[in-house]
Amino acid sequence: MTQQTAAQAALVRALKQYGGIFLSLVMLCIIFSFLNPRFMSVVNFMNILQQVAVIAIAAFGMTWVILLGEIDLSVGSIIAVAGMVGAQCFAFGLGFGPALAVTIVAGALMGMLNGVLTAKLLLPSFIVTVATMGIYRGLVSLPTNGAPAMIDNSTWTAIGTESFLGLPIIIWVVAVLFVINQIVLSKTSFGRRAYLTGGNREAAIYSGIKVDRLKIIIFMISGVMAAISGVLLSSRLFSAQTNAGMSYELDAIAAAVLGGTSLAGGVGTMVGTLIGALIIGVMNNGMNMLSVPYFYQLIVKGLVILVAVWLDVRAKQAKR
Amino acid sequence: MHGSTTDTVLKISNVTKSFGQVAALKSMSLEVRRGRVHTLLGENGAGKSTLMKILAGVHGATSGEITLDDQPYRPANPQQASALGLAIVFQELSLCNNLTVAENILATREPRKFGFINDKALVARAKAIVAELGLPIDVTEKVGNLSIAQRQLVEIAKGLSHDAKVVILDEPTSSLSDSEAEILFDIIGRLKNRGVAVIYISHRMEEIMRLSDDITVIRDGEYVSTHDRNDVTIEALIALMVGRRMEEIYPPPMHDRPTQDAPVLAVEHLTRDGDFADISFEVGTGEILGFFGLVGSGRSEVMNALFGMKNADGTVRLDGKDVRFRSPAEAIARGIGFVTENRKEEGLVLGHSVGWNISMAALPDFTGPFGFTRAGAERKASAAEVGRLAIKTHSLDTPAGSLSGGNQQKIVLAKWLLTRPKVLILDEPTRGVDVGAKFEIYKIIRQLAAEGTAILLISSELPEVLGMSDRVIVMHEGVIGATLAGTDLTPETIMAHATGFQS
Repeated sequence: MTQQTAAQAALVRALKQYGGIFLSLVMLCIIFSFLNPRFMSVVNFMNILQQVAVIAIAAFGMTWVILLGEIDLSVGSIIAVAGMVGAQCFAFGLGFGPALAVTIVAGALMGMLNGVLTAKLLLPSFIVTVATMGIYRGLVSLPTNGAPAMIDNSTWTAIGTESFLGLPIIIWVVAVLFVINQIVLSKTSFGRRAYLTGGNREAAIYSGIKVDRLKIIIFMISGVMAAISGVLLSSRLFSAQTNAGMSYELDAIAAAVLGGTSLAGGVGTMVGTLIGALIIGVMNNGMNMLSVPYFYQLIVKGLVILVAVWLDVRAKQAKR
Repeated sequence: MHGSTTDTVLKISNVTKSFGQVAALKSMSLEVRRGRVHTLLGENGAGKSTLMKILAGVHGATSGEITLDDQPYRPANPQQASALGLAIVFQELSLCNNLTVAENILATREPRKFGFINDKALVARAKAIVAELGLPIDVTEKVGNLSIAQRQLVEIAKGLSHDAKVVILDEPTSSLSDSEAEILFDIIGRLKNRGVAVIYISHRMEEIMRLSDDITVIRDGEYVSTHDRNDVTIEALIALMVGRRMEEIYPPPMHDRPTQDAPVLAVEHLTRDGDFADISFEVGTGEILGFFGLVGSGRSEVMNALFGMKNADGTVRLDGKDVRFRSPAEAIARGIGFVTENRKEEGLVLGHSVGWNISMAALPDFTGPFGFTRAGAERKASAAEVGRLAIKTHSLDTPAGSLSGGNQQKIVLAKWLLTRPKVLILDEPTRGVDVGAKFEIYKIIRQLAAEGTAILLISSELPEVLGMSDRVIVMHEGVIGATLAGTDLTPETIMAHATGFQS
């Protein structure tokens, strides 16, 4: 096969896999630019990318979890805990590096607790993470009795406000994490094991895959991704808010599912999730620019998700 | 009998079914008569399942006509088919594991009182059905607690509880032991006496010859011929079915067994309370050691313990060294392979590609620096196995679930061959596989033995165990009843030990 035709084949495959969802994204952009001429601008697109960053990163972690046939409802709460952990680190006089490390470790530990409870106690992840969603959300308020905590570390706040090589740092962070997640998922044996285990857990066990360990690591990935989301969110807000990231887990799930990740497990890609997150970002941004009241936005978002998933399911059935 | 002039109850004339460009059934014709067992014989993919699905109302025919009691028969869905008097027992289990036997048998037809399900009447009616069929099953038990064989019997009871004129049994004995199959044969006899027509699908020739009145052979979606059971031989039927003469069903050994060298695997006093006790055996290089036993005799449990899936007490020695596997990963790393009993549940990831399935157990061998998959080497190795086992697949990227049963089973074999096992456990390696694919799988097993792999062959099919094994261990209720070799290897002695009636 020559390189030309290999590239063509890859393009055809990409169109088949992401064509529908990508078209939805383009259509949304076209509709919004008709409704508001200011929508179609480089400045606004940068804006959308920054707004969507927090959800996109959490959705990368969520993609791993859903791929395994599990769910993680605690990511919104982990986002809030991460911001508060960072703020408290600075209150104790830590520098940027150690504070970031402690925050990410905190995310990993919260994810690990989800994973261990799910894998070792054989509890459904839905129940485990509903419980830890409440627990983690409660933990946020412990240091400040529910009050927000200011963050004055300039490096930390620079992440959400400064640019590097002409692009906001926040977009660099999303891009790097996207590439890492995509490579680990598609090019490593770890990623392969996630696909196989999500596809058929029994067969994976009989083929020598250590399913429990895999599950714990994947919940840790989700925790770490949520913690990084929390860093970005708190840096944009210059503070840790106790209600930060509230219901972001639902946007993260929606992004992954819009992107073609199957809730039954075994199917999904980071590319799809990124497009899914962009769709959610474009909808939020477009409706805000049109001053659509928040409650209407919720209704429209819900309907768009229903239609998109229905179209996807229908397309897959037609293929059979 | 409705004053019908003929004893033909179901008449299929020139039925064709196409899926897109592919014709699964070409101008099929068949007449099924009252009170007779009509067997449909054909390899997997010959069109039997398509025909059954048309009769069951799952698919509509593309063209052709079907009459039931001289009335046009065109069911729009399975409910209608069943209301018109056609009961079907599918090969794939369709029971709800969380519900009781009674709830499953009478699903969607539960007796009601004020709109609520009347539990007492439900249990009573289910009990009556089970008793009439002579099944040894408690109807208040949850289906999930039953063995696979018992579930199959429940499935049959569910199908037969409708007042059916025609009953279709699609490989009903594939997971039944011989004694359980006897219960089924009894049921079929009663149905015949009631004037019910039975359409029977099976790959087991002995049982077909015993049960059938009429046998129709189909091949590649086309009708080949119909025979009276008394006018035809097994060899002739197989030849018709595969379209070529099969010299032998079981290929001969390819090598002389080495006389006496140290065993590859030695098991001593392996015990787990409630499952099996004091299991001791050895298997040598290139030896095929058969394991025969009725369902529930503990064969599969022993193999799961050997493979590190579950704990057991006792000693296991591999190449003379004591081993204790705590997980399948450890067992695989030390050279044990396990072709599990149920390929759809434990064997394959049906939604993923043929290539991914083949390399699944050998993934550590294809993992390079930083955990990256060595995709080139992996594809090359998988492609080599596809070639070696003659797996019929469009490409390595085809989903495993879209292949026929025989080819799926070969993928499971390929997966384990790729790990280069010293000891290969084969649990029912030819279940639900047609005669042609069976022969190929037997050849692969012979080839492996010739290359020095020690093989543990577990089977519920007596001819398979007899035809393939060098020695046979017979298990009965969790213990070894006998280890047989040479002239002791006869169906009679094996069955005597398996049922516990040895003299």
